[in-house]
Amino acid sequence: MSELLTIPLLQELFGETILESHAHRGDETVIIPPQSLEEVATRLQQDERLRFEFLMDLTAVDYLHLDRPKRFEVVYHFYSLTHNRRLRVKVRVDDGEPVPTLALLWKTADWFERETAEMYGIKFAGHPDPRPLLLYPEFKGYPLRKDYDQRASHPLVESRRKGESA
Amino acid sequence: MSEERYIPRNDLNIETMQINLGPSHPTTHGIIQMDLQVAGEDIIEADVIIGYLHRGFEKMCEAHNWNQAVIYTDRLNYVSPLINNVGYHLAVEKLMDIEVPSRGQYVRMVLSEIMRICDHQTALAAAAMELGGFTPFLYLMKGRELWWELLERVVGARVTTSFTRIGGMVADLPDWFAAAAEDILLETANINREVHTLLTRNRIFIDRTRGVGYISPEDAISYGFTGPMLRSCGIEYDVRVAAPYLAYNDIDFEIPILTNCDVYDRFYIRLLEIDQSCRIIKQGLAKLPQGPVNHLDKNISLPPKSEVYGSIEGLMAHFKLLMNDNGVRPEAGEVYHAIEAANGELGYYLVSTGELCPHKCRVRPTCMPFTQALPQMIKQGMIADVVPCFGSINMIGGELDR
Repeated sequence: MSELLTIPLLQELFGETILESHAHRGDETVIIPPQSLEEVATRLQQDERLRFEFLMDLTAVDYLHLDRPKRFEVVYHFYSLTHNRRLRVKVRVDDGEPVPTLALLWKTADWFERETAEMYGIKFAGHPDPRPLLLYPEFKGYPLRKDYDQRASHPLVESRRKGESA
Repeated sequence: MSEERYIPRNDLNIETMQINLGPSHPTTHGIIQMDLQVAGEDIIEADVIIGYLHRGFEKMCEAHNWNQAVIYTDRLNYVSPLINNVGYHLAVEKLMDIEVPSRGQYVRMVLSEIMRICDHQTALAAAAMELGGFTPFLYLMKGRELWWELLERVVGARVTTSFTRIGGMVADLPDWFAAAAEDILLETANINREVHTLLTRNRIFIDRTRGVGYISPEDAISYGFTGPMLRSCGIEYDVRVAAPYLAYNDIDFEIPILTNCDVYDRFYIRLLEIDQSCRIIKQGLAKLPQGPVNHLDKNISLPPKSEVYGSIEGLMAHFKLLMNDNGVRPEAGEVYHAIEAANGELGYYLVSTGELCPHKCRVRPTCMPFTQALPQMIKQGMIADVVPCFGSINMIGGELDR
């Protein structure tokens, strides 16, 4: 396993904000509270020693009935082109608890957050365009939650009239 | 060219009009809708609506065990399905902390590069045809067909390959493979030369693509571009070099970089990458080590079908990996593993809770950032520029909508 490079630096920079960290299979991971996300993300993007220019992926995981401190984890995967390093940042939230949007820092966060919001029902506070992305507007429920039946079916929706867009 | 374009004059009271391009328009491949506000021929506002092909990839993976989920990965990028198989299994193997024997790694690498050639050829073919170039379409499709027929003889399927397994492959490459691939490599080089003469210095093609669909390198990073799209913006990032996986470390190849950030460069870079993939295949086949392709631990890799049907040990090994409540149970944890797919970084984020099925199987869709950036590329342009822009991003619906 390669030595840890990013976690010690983050602990030095943010101290108590880093709630937990691990490097399972060499993937450096930190967990931070949602209210610090914007501050940490801005530093990750702009600090010379970090320079995580890419937000590669954004998703969430539902840990229903798994005895976790909170139900959901929102997972961000960053990549630094300058230092060729990866970092995973996780934020724990409960149902209905908002997460600040990163769409103003990374344009790619816009669609990824729309997808995560419709699939898990996670609210991204301040999102510029909070429409569903892959699902249609009439869709009920959050399909990637663990308590959503995978065989659930949905009624046909009325066809839209002229001038009505999705 | 931008300066020659028709610019709407403010003193003419031009009404804007809403035009829906897609989802049933041939150039949108039937699965995305572009909601355009146009004034004359100019696009004032654009919005992209996706999701017509959403099938719940993640939900289905969560309902199947670690070995079964591979068939869903075929249906992501269906132009280069084997790369998705390889990416998924590399991620699972990282989660289980195992490594495939070196022959298996070489076989996976060679097949991935074949798929990359097919993907680029298809992207170029479709894009050229949409611009009216029917001859390059036929040439490139012929080239792709040669590879797909070869793969069909090896894998048994054209699109739904599912050729990798946890700890290795379904089967080793047959003896005749290297010789057959050698012939097709020659043919691919010929086709590339022909396409160069037909497209790269073709005045009509250049006029339709040069300077069109510009996106700045800063925006490309912000949108999360990877692969040929990013490298045509002058940014050198390729997972095969940044974090070498499989046997890419032992291979001598180059990463083409272009700097004009436009549609022409996105086409041209794909042609250049086909040449590099040919180099990788050639070296990979020459260096192909002897030995097993599969991990030797019977608790990890599935036995070959001849043993399953021909011996009690094989049948038991099969049973212990697939039937009822048996199967691989990776240690609880999470991994993200990225590989360079034809369109860019294909990352799998897997979460295991030590159970039979993945708790989470997320795939980073490589073409989603490109599709998201499409409105920015086509805005202020003309309706006719939508087609080359859309062709250049090589959007694959199966992967975009999952």
